[in-house]
Amino acid sequence: MILPGNASCQGCPISMAMRCLDEISKPVLVIPAGCSTVIAGLHPKSAMNGPVVHVPFPSTHSVAAGLSEAYKRIGVKANVVAWMGDGAADIGFAALSASAARKDDLITIVVDNEAYMNTGTQASLSTFWKARTTTSPAGKTEERRNLALIMLAHKADYVATASVGYIRDLRRKFRKAGVMKGFRFIHVHTPCPPGWKFPSEKTVDVARKAVMSGAWILWEYDGKLKLSKAGEKYASKENRIPLEDYLKQGRFSHLSDEEIRELEQKIDEDWELLLRFS
Amino acid sequence: MDLSPIISKKTVASAGETGSWRNYRPAVIAELCSKCRNCVLYCPEGVISVGENSVEIDYNFCKGCGICKEVCEQRAIEIVPE
Repeated sequence: MILPGNASCQGCPISMAMRCLDEISKPVLVIPAGCSTVIAGLHPKSAMNGPVVHVPFPSTHSVAAGLSEAYKRIGVKANVVAWMGDGAADIGFAALSASAARKDDLITIVVDNEAYMNTGTQASLSTFWKARTTTSPAGKTEERRNLALIMLAHKADYVATASVGYIRDLRRKFRKAGVMKGFRFIHVHTPCPPGWKFPSEKTVDVARKAVMSGAWILWEYDGKLKLSKAGEKYASKENRIPLEDYLKQGRFSHLSDEEIRELEQKIDEDWELLLRFS
Repeated sequence: MDLSPIISKKTVASAGETGSWRNYRPAVIAELCSKCRNCVLYCPEGVISVGENSVEIDYNFCKGCGICKEVCEQRAIEIVPE
């Protein structure tokens, strides 16, 4: 789906996830402003090997729902994909929530790099507690919002979380969503080297450590919630790696031991809450 | 109505030959490679291809991020300065 020679940064997890769109047949992308817009290229050139509609933030799902309905009426087979960052999911949340409630026939993919990276790392609702961003220089004081669980509460037809550290699992989820009907939502964890302040070759390593330390939970819901094979063993605490290994990033370099213990506790609570649904 | 002026055309190298961004170059040690295709799957640029006997990297577009070296379980990719 994405052609070489695009404008993504070195080690960009979003372009890794974009390559996995090959698993979805005939995708039509709807992209609100964000890093993905930059990667998709500057007019008159496009780095995407398929149709893309660039839209303003709040109208993403309105456009996507309209496209999907129009394709159906004129008999064109296409998978409309609303491809957004976590920032666009914050700003366009009203339309996202309404679209999920209407059960529009489209796929929503949120690539979550836990801040507004394209405008210079401002804190978003997905930003980790205590993570340093330009709008929270001493660490974010609020906890992150769990977007996938909110989508689960909308009773969407398919909800999944994935990570670029487990690309085969990610591809499988894209493939599965691609052949289903109804509102499908995939939340992809995408560690951002310049935003999180780690070297570009560590993207996959950091993404895997997030799963291995329990900070990112891989699960999917298709009528029944289950943990994904790649990450299910981290449900029990003794299999997890120490959280300090995951927190070796510039944005967490100011954390005290006490705060790390508190973070660990918050992660345990996240697991406890999720496992109640399964 | 002719809409072609407002529709972008798909282009390889929409941001130029990104190989020039590279400070370090990944080099494949062919005899260690087990052809597991991890590097092909994880490469953000999609510039690595595995053939019958060789691994090809398109250095015109490889940005030199080094992810291929990190995901290679056989340690068959090394990073050398340009």
